[in-house]
Amino acid sequence: MKGYTGKFLRVDMTTGEIRTDTLSEETARKFLGGYGFVAHTLYNEVPEGADPLSPENVLCFWTGPVAGTPVPVSSKYIMGARSPATGFIGFGIASGGPASELKAAGWDGIVIKGKADSLKYLYVQNGHAELRDAEYLKGKTTWDTEEMIREELSDEEIRVSSIGPAGELLSCLANVTNDRNRQVGRSGMGCVMGSKNLKAIAIRGTGSIEVAHLDELLGLCKDLYQRCRGPATEKYRVLGTPANVLVHNRLGCLPTNNFQKGTFDRAEECSGERMLETMVKKVMACPSCPIACDHINVVKEGPWAGAVSSVDYESLELLGPNCGVSDLGAITKAVQLCDTLGIDTISAGVTVSWAMEAYEKGLLTREDTDGLDLRFGNDAAMVEAVRVMCLREGKLGALLADGSARAAERLGKGSEFAMVNKKLEWGAYSLRSLQTATLGFATSVRGACYLRSGSYQPDVKGLVDRYALDRSRGKVVFDGENLYAVIDSMIICKFTRGIYKDNDEFCRVINLVTGWDVTSDELIKTGERIHNMAKLFNVKFGAHRTDDYPPPRAFDEKMYDDVSDGAIILREQYDEALSGYYEERRWTEDGIPTKALLEELGLDVSLGV
Amino acid sequence: MEAKKIIVCDTDKCSGCELCEYVCSIFHEKTVNWSKSRIRHVRIEPTFDIAIACRKCEEPLCIKACPRDAIIMVEDGSVQVEKDKCNGCGWCIEACNFGALKLDWDKKVVFACDFCEGESGPKCVEFCPYDALEFTTLDQVGREAGVKAFKRIIEELE
Repeated sequence: MKGYTGKFLRVDMTTGEIRTDTLSEETARKFLGGYGFVAHTLYNEVPEGADPLSPENVLCFWTGPVAGTPVPVSSKYIMGARSPATGFIGFGIASGGPASELKAAGWDGIVIKGKADSLKYLYVQNGHAELRDAEYLKGKTTWDTEEMIREELSDEEIRVSSIGPAGELLSCLANVTNDRNRQVGRSGMGCVMGSKNLKAIAIRGTGSIEVAHLDELLGLCKDLYQRCRGPATEKYRVLGTPANVLVHNRLGCLPTNNFQKGTFDRAEECSGERMLETMVKKVMACPSCPIACDHINVVKEGPWAGAVSSVDYESLELLGPNCGVSDLGAITKAVQLCDTLGIDTISAGVTVSWAMEAYEKGLLTREDTDGLDLRFGNDAAMVEAVRVMCLREGKLGALLADGSARAAERLGKGSEFAMVNKKLEWGAYSLRSLQTATLGFATSVRGACYLRSGSYQPDVKGLVDRYALDRSRGKVVFDGENLYAVIDSMIICKFTRGIYKDNDEFCRVINLVTGWDVTSDELIKTGERIHNMAKLFNVKFGAHRTDDYPPPRAFDEKMYDDVSDGAIILREQYDEALSGYYEERRWTEDGIPTKALLEELGLDVSLGV
Repeated sequence: MEAKKIIVCDTDKCSGCELCEYVCSIFHEKTVNWSKSRIRHVRIEPTFDIAIACRKCEEPLCIKACPRDAIIMVEDGSVQVEKDKCNGCGWCIEACNFGALKLDWDKKVVFACDFCEGESGPKCVEFCPYDALEFTTLDQVGREAGVKAFKRIIEELE
């Protein structure tokens, strides 16, 4: 098999047993890699009813066929498990060295079960894998963990994916960090690592990556690199994703004060333009990336002097405007806390904004916040709330550590403004002024996710009436999801999606790497299969139509701001659009795949209707 | 004699993508294996990246260090490792100030940049997506540094 090593590691944390298993070409072609492999592994191997934090939960780490090849932005991996945050399928994709390094070490993936009796890390190197003591790394930040493992093993080239204290403390928001600035975010994969007593995965490989048609692939890649320097990626290169701040503010869809508004009066102060001018020290790339979007901020002066972090739109927006904060220094500091202590910046921002709204409404008292004046716009309070949340410190930390949905449950009030879907915090796109986006986010298998279908694009580009919904929006989400399932399974960076002329060109990349003869029809069918596999996992764990709705604020409160004033989602329109989506997917009105569809896709039909 | 040309890296432009390493290994080893690249990317956190290859030193320390006289200088000023003589002891790697030599994990011999020919210099230069790598003479590097410094002064005066 070309493109794949055809092998993966199985690690039992309880017994310490490690062995190599085979990846069949049939599975590879059917599920492609990355997201497809996660869905396939989890559906088949997580036992029914298994608690996400129990040893029975399965944590997998998968690459795709293009990792380690010169395909632009292809060094990407995914981690997946049953999510402690949502109870459904959990996964996050990160760029960076661990992906290509694992391939060079001789494996496509790692499937981990059980729980170690003390803190360990997994070291993988050229055909060799072992669990090593990590007690000395207990409580260390992700950045320190990377350094300390390299030092222990005297090898600066080792790539490390690790959890911070938040993962060890089993925060539902805990993520995994590699290469300092890249994260397996969302849905608590760091929490699952913590539950298995797995502090880190350290990888070093020096083998060759086998590609079917290397010369031809390199010829295509050279062309793709040039396109990566063209207009399709200019936004990411120049301002980075924070370019969205002013764009979204103009459109009235920049979540502000916990999604109450869609414009922020101090947006200029925290715009991508301002950030580039005052904060960005360097723009960096992940391995194999000709774009470089990682804008590294270094705070030179003021109360946050010395803070360093890579700041993207989602992090900036949700820890910034959505908390009423415009100080880029405070935002940079908060992102650094999240990255090093190990929680997701999106969930962190939306959880703090929830707490701020609860505080302003008098549901949280100063006693509950350990004395913090947690009103919107208090940057120091935002930073401190993030810190205590990461470390589960004090009353406020204990309340917020597992996200806003659980905080509202613990408080016994405030759930109506916890901005979540499937208990996962909403990305930085306002609900009522981007309604196709809302349908896509709420139906996403991972929960509140902007990355599963890119359903915000038709809204932002003005291709549809973004203040209303109708049945036809289901098709927009359906098409987006199928293509994104392919992209997330290959795995390539979504920022490169604009450089490919059409789906045939994705096929060309896959075929040159694997030697197959995949057509674009097969490719999109594969995407549909993968998405249904992920959905089936959710069905196995009790998913129904009710899980595919946005938070109550979308229906119950009108927006108030200059651009999108009065915007609201009409419940009957949402119901109709959701039914339209299910119909497009050939799922029942309850969102369950039909047996006929599953059979056609070659999937297990037992949970179908 | 033609002025000697080397591969220089503009550290402001280098983003650390490591595609130079991918491309180098593909052209020299006919496979993707960045550990066998003749050019090496180094990142110093949080914000520094550089890619370094052989500097064509006037009196190469690698040649002096080799106990088996396995390294010779060739016409363009680069060094060549004679595979039959090299036993992979690595003294040359230790001696080089730039980390420009590497040990092949499989063949157990040392290798260095051979300044292969691409469109605008060696292949790594040709493929660098950020135009951070340049194949140029030290004279030119010095001249450009001077121009840069002068422009900065003018900007400050304005």
